[in-house]
Amino acid sequence: MSETAATFAHQHQFDDAEQQRDASTLGMWVFLVTEIMFFAGMFTAYVVYRALYPNAFAHASHHLDVVLGTVNTTVLITSSLTMALAVHAAQLGRRGAIVTFLLATITLGCTFLVIKSFEYAHKFHEGLVPGPNFAYTGPDAGQQQLFFSIYFAMTGLHALHMVIGIGLLAYLVAKAQRGRFSRAYYTPVEIIGLYWHFVDIVWIFLFPLLYLLGRHAA
Amino acid sequence: MSEHIVSTKIYFAIFTALLVLTASTVAVASVDLGRLNTIVALTIAVTKAVLVILYFMHVRYSSRLTWVVVSAGFVWLGILIAFTMSDVLTRGWLAAH
Repeated sequence: MSETAATFAHQHQFDDAEQQRDASTLGMWVFLVTEIMFFAGMFTAYVVYRALYPNAFAHASHHLDVVLGTVNTTVLITSSLTMALAVHAAQLGRRGAIVTFLLATITLGCTFLVIKSFEYAHKFHEGLVPGPNFAYTGPDAGQQQLFFSIYFAMTGLHALHMVIGIGLLAYLVAKAQRGRFSRAYYTPVEIIGLYWHFVDIVWIFLFPLLYLLGRHAA
Repeated sequence: MSEHIVSTKIYFAIFTALLVLTASTVAVASVDLGRLNTIVALTIAVTKAVLVILYFMHVRYSSRLTWVVVSAGFVWLGILIAFTMSDVLTRGWLAAH
């Protein structure tokens, strides 16, 4: 089994390279569907408790920093663009451009995580972390703790997905630099790209649901 | 099928649309529309997600089988939320008797 770009065509169980690529894409999508269901549990928890305690959720949401949230949304959308451009470069067999766009995606991913860590630090400082040190003591304190529990669970697991994604991108950079991808074979770039866009989509929903909810209530 | 190469022009157009939609969802959020706030925010989020799925994730150019799998994921998400809420929101009906 030779993996060099020039000779790699397809594994023997596939008719041709296109069938192999379609199978890989489909397999990745099946995995992403399990990921949808993984996040769906938490989204459902959010919907249930928001329906039960709409006012507490709106007030708790007001403690989140909309400016940082908006900046991070923009950073992540831009990283999706650079990821799409990396796949585009791979399709055209442009090795240098693949590496450049992958590194840009990694940089944007790290930027997102750094901004997120500042937000987390601020929440710890303000005593908005659920548990014995939760500083807010109003009548709906328990309900607000629920909001922050969901906030930390969802954004934390989203951030974990980002960390994994950045690791996968670093692996792609190493492979691309060694010339392992060509116009005939770039499947890893394509399917890790699918994963990266999926993580972006999760954030596209988290941002309005968590940050913008209490915006107009003031 | 997955060999379809999308032009960079389309990628930048989608990127611009995503930025405009992000700006509008932030702008609309500060206006009090009552229940409409949530509906508008979710409509914008779904639009953004569909743009990413169709173009960045190439589903628009993928096989019918991929379409089915992707749709199934969101249908089950809908089932999970709809059936859970049909329980949660109707519990008070019994207590009223």
